[in-house]
Amino acid sequence: MSKKILTTPIQNEELESLAIGDIIYLNGYLVSSRDDVHQRLIKQHKQLPVDLAGKAIFHAGPIMQEIAGQPGRYRVISIGPTTSMRMEKYEKEFIAQTGLKLMVGKGGMGQDTAAGCREYKAIHAVFPGGCAVLAANSVEEVEAVEWLDLGMPEAMWVMRVKEFGPLIVSIDTRGNNLFENNKKAFNLKKEAIVEEICRHVDYLE
Amino acid sequence: MNTKEQCERFIDIMARFTVYTGIYLPDDIHAKLKELREKEDSALATIVYDAMFEDMKLAGESHRPLCQDTGVIQYFVQVGTGFPLLDEIEDCLREAVKRATILGPLRHNAVEVFDEKNTGNNVGKRIPWIDWEIIPDSDEAKIYVYMAGGGCSLPGIARVLMPLEGYEGVVKLVFDQITSYGINACPPLLVGIGIAGSVEVAAKLSKKALLRPIGSQNSNPRGAELEARIEAGLNAIKIGPGGLMGENSVLGVHIEEAARHPATIAVGLSTGCWAHRRAVIKFKADMEYETISHKGAIL
Repeated sequence: MSKKILTTPIQNEELESLAIGDIIYLNGYLVSSRDDVHQRLIKQHKQLPVDLAGKAIFHAGPIMQEIAGQPGRYRVISIGPTTSMRMEKYEKEFIAQTGLKLMVGKGGMGQDTAAGCREYKAIHAVFPGGCAVLAANSVEEVEAVEWLDLGMPEAMWVMRVKEFGPLIVSIDTRGNNLFENNKKAFNLKKEAIVEEICRHVDYLE
Repeated sequence: MNTKEQCERFIDIMARFTVYTGIYLPDDIHAKLKELREKEDSALATIVYDAMFEDMKLAGESHRPLCQDTGVIQYFVQVGTGFPLLDEIEDCLREAVKRATILGPLRHNAVEVFDEKNTGNNVGKRIPWIDWEIIPDSDEAKIYVYMAGGGCSLPGIARVLMPLEGYEGVVKLVFDQITSYGINACPPLLVGIGIAGSVEVAAKLSKKALLRPIGSQNSNPRGAELEARIEAGLNAIKIGPGGLMGENSVLGVHIEEAARHPATIAVGLSTGCWAHRRAVIKFKADMEYETISHKGAIL
């Protein structure tokens, strides 16, 4: 089976054919945007320094290194996904205001993000957590950095990537949510297991 | 060596060992991940384990941190009263972190509270965090390095239960937290549980439980049995690597306890992600060292 590759600017039609559990890769622009970037746009109403329309954002705080002899130019050392759920509070509005098409992170997101994906035709996908050198190796170039005053992890790093992945679709454009489904399955199993363990822990005299 | 030379050697070794901790997982975690990987055959679990092992290989080859979140640096120090640098350890470790941050490089992860400024060198108020255990009649120092990443610190919780909630309350809290928050924290997780009389003791012991090697057991037979039951129970939920379902959920479950107050059962929970950056080094009085967690490590 050939690799399914999305290229920025991503079109709605390409996204609509994807379903949760699909494995995809990304070519083009990937911009790190996490807690503080969401805070600045949605709560503080600051204008984003990067146009995210049709692009992908990465819930990630990288280790970057300034290239010797080239002030302001960086190379990526290590960049893996961070916990996407932290951005749940603002993500739907963030999708609406930016026109982004793909969010990459780790773990699931909640029902507001799923509603945003359905309404504005976007998806959330996970990159395997912790695999930060693997991710760094598909970054062709760090083109720019904005809002570096937020510190290295929170700044917006504008990267051009090639076959960035594997990305596992966790929320699709119909609002289906892989991790919410998994959570339901885990919680269904949990009750009986907890009950069984509790039969053996009556240590109080 | 005079004290100044000893300090210089200690700082240099600790800086390089801290960097090393971010690149190579300890032997026991690596072996356990291999064991868990072999049990998986679903497409998603396989693709995640393949990515993890490829990442570990690339990190070693290119000498880069295998996970970008090199954490807040914590040192758990077990130091003999006769260790020659007892007075200097704290300053030396702060200096080691500054050097490791450049040498690694490590991500800048110390944000001053209230000022909300990243210090840019991983040193801040009370950070690196240093936990002390003083060992009588010894001139050696054993130092655990722990990189407390954000993702695996998020599921952390501590609560004081009423005794009639019993140990059942402990079990419920652990399962609720792991199935809700744990799935986002890069499973398979190492689960650390502390049980005590007050909240700070339980919380601290839950982190110390994460420092124990995989396969070790609680020293009380009931404690060891409860560890095994919770581990089997969490595995039966089949959270899988990355929370994407699979044959297992955890690397292990460790419990550490302190005698409790008759009126309280405090429980603390800490989790370590699959990339469990925990390393142990032992110094002798002459500053010769042994890397206990990573046999044969070349710093």
